[in-house]
Amino acid sequence: MAETIVSTERLTKTFGGRTAVDAVGLTVRRGEVYGFLGPNGAGKTTTLRMLLGLVRPTAGTALVHGLAPGDPRAVARTGSLVEGPGFYPYLSGRENLRVLARFQGLPDADADRALERVDLTGRGRDPARSYSLGMKQRLGVAAALLGDPDLLVLDEPTNGLDPAGMADMRALLVDVAAGGQTVLLSSHLLAEVQEVCDRVGIIDAGRLLVEGTVAELRGSTEIRLRAVPADRALAVAMAVAGDDAVRVEGTELRLAAPAGRVPELARALVAAGVDIAALHTVERSLEEIFFDLTTAPREEVPA
Amino acid sequence: MTATLVRPAPGVPSARAARAELRRILRWPVTWVLVGLWSALNLIFTYVFDWISYRTGRAAGPAEAGVRVDGLLPAAVPDVLVQGMPIFGGAIVLMLGALAVGSGYAWGTWKTAFTQGPGRTAVLGGTLLALLAVVAGIVLVTVGVDLAMSTVIARVEGVSAAPPGAADLARAYAGGLLVLGMWGAGGVLIGLLTRGPALSVGLGLVWTLVVENLLRGVAGALPGLAAVTDRMPGSAAGSLAGALGADGPGGGAPGVLDALSGPAAAAWTAGYLLVFLTASVLLVRRRDLL
Repeated sequence: MAETIVSTERLTKTFGGRTAVDAVGLTVRRGEVYGFLGPNGAGKTTTLRMLLGLVRPTAGTALVHGLAPGDPRAVARTGSLVEGPGFYPYLSGRENLRVLARFQGLPDADADRALERVDLTGRGRDPARSYSLGMKQRLGVAAALLGDPDLLVLDEPTNGLDPAGMADMRALLVDVAAGGQTVLLSSHLLAEVQEVCDRVGIIDAGRLLVEGTVAELRGSTEIRLRAVPADRALAVAMAVAGDDAVRVEGTELRLAAPAGRVPELARALVAAGVDIAALHTVERSLEEIFFDLTTAPREEVPA
Repeated sequence: MTATLVRPAPGVPSARAARAELRRILRWPVTWVLVGLWSALNLIFTYVFDWISYRTGRAAGPAEAGVRVDGLLPAAVPDVLVQGMPIFGGAIVLMLGALAVGSGYAWGTWKTAFTQGPGRTAVLGGTLLALLAVVAGIVLVTVGVDLAMSTVIARVEGVSAAPPGAADLARAYAGGLLVLGMWGAGGVLIGLLTRGPALSVGLGLVWTLVVENLLRGVAGALPGLAAVTDRMPGSAAGSLAGALGADGPGGGAPGVLDALSGPAAAAWTAGYLLVFLTASVLLVRRRDLL
């Protein structure tokens, strides 16, 4: 069992009468890239702020490095970029990192190394206010990397980046994860999460809807078949995959069966004199799961 | 994966924060604009205008001499050092405190600072220590400017350029530090309360330059109000300046009062400083950072 680095239990935050985060229980294990996925306004940032000790929970508990969030010992081992980078605009990128290095009691060389890691050394002497959005975001990641923290909390790190910047950021995240650092990454971009994350938690309207590995969430594959005559094809498909595993979608049959059953199905169809027009397998994308979950009518859960 | 060792960060957290905050405050152009503004105002209002009127008065004949030269000499530096601080110096240092803290909300840098390792209290402690160092520097620069200018005046006028007594100068320095420190802490508190640079500076200036003066103006008309207005931050600071030898109304500097005795004025000023600091720490510890 992998060691847990972040865990929350019924973590809740209300602002006035509005519940921003509602009884969220999530678990991030050491060394993994955890994707915290949800539409804008779902409560991702508020949850991350609570984990960093910037916002006090209304109810529930959270542990970060086994400590209360905001405990200086936990904060010291956590690098973060929450809701856009916050820098002194009049200082250069390098100088900003050197100021942060002083907060952490680190030498200037560590700041320079962080700057190099995000490929900003060439612009390090320019004032941070002159940076493009993408450069500011990279400087924010450099600040989060400063001091080699065990845990990186990154809130929408690709927000506002152009496609090339997003690709660079993803490569950086993969690189960071390969180095053994745990990454808690929030995003509303499904492709991003699918590509870099080991495990995913999906949040909507303050509720954590599901948590699991990307593979678990995608579930099993589906075989899709178009063939004539349809009634005979349906009979063959039910014989191969089982009566309950087949459903009809328009002119298409969908079989809940692993991809390995495709040759068997094809042979049976041909043997029964069925003409196959199309036969292929699909994996549900995270996007489909996401929309299934976030657009489904919410059940009323008794308190 | 092996358990990671917690690398103990070297040094006391608030000392680390103070080094960081001092670095960013000293590299902030606003700091130097405000220091320069205060130095220029102090030079002009304490020395240049009085010297000009002394010289024009003397040229018109001995009977016309309205300003005496004594106040412009090095020996008088302890008396005049604090005279501009209750209002002008205070307003400028209040702006510095309010901008240094309020801008952090606009830039998002508090969020960054609070997630670096030193706790919130240590980070604010670092900010306060850094501002204290800047204020101590401002008072020191003022002493230097005053000594240099008064020595020039003494030489030009051919009168004694004897330096002031060290004890008097030290007492005036401490008084100046207390007055400016109190206003600076007030600026920090307003910056935290308003979470922004603009409103905090506006409110702070309205209070120091307008509200207290208006209240003092109506204090005579309402029984009992004088007892309150005499103990407000500006009045306490003004009384402290007055007790240290600055010329009150009539003689010159606005804001210099004799409403309270020296020790009472020092106690009230120190009390406000303490209240502002305590309230700031409580706010930073308790409030969500959104």
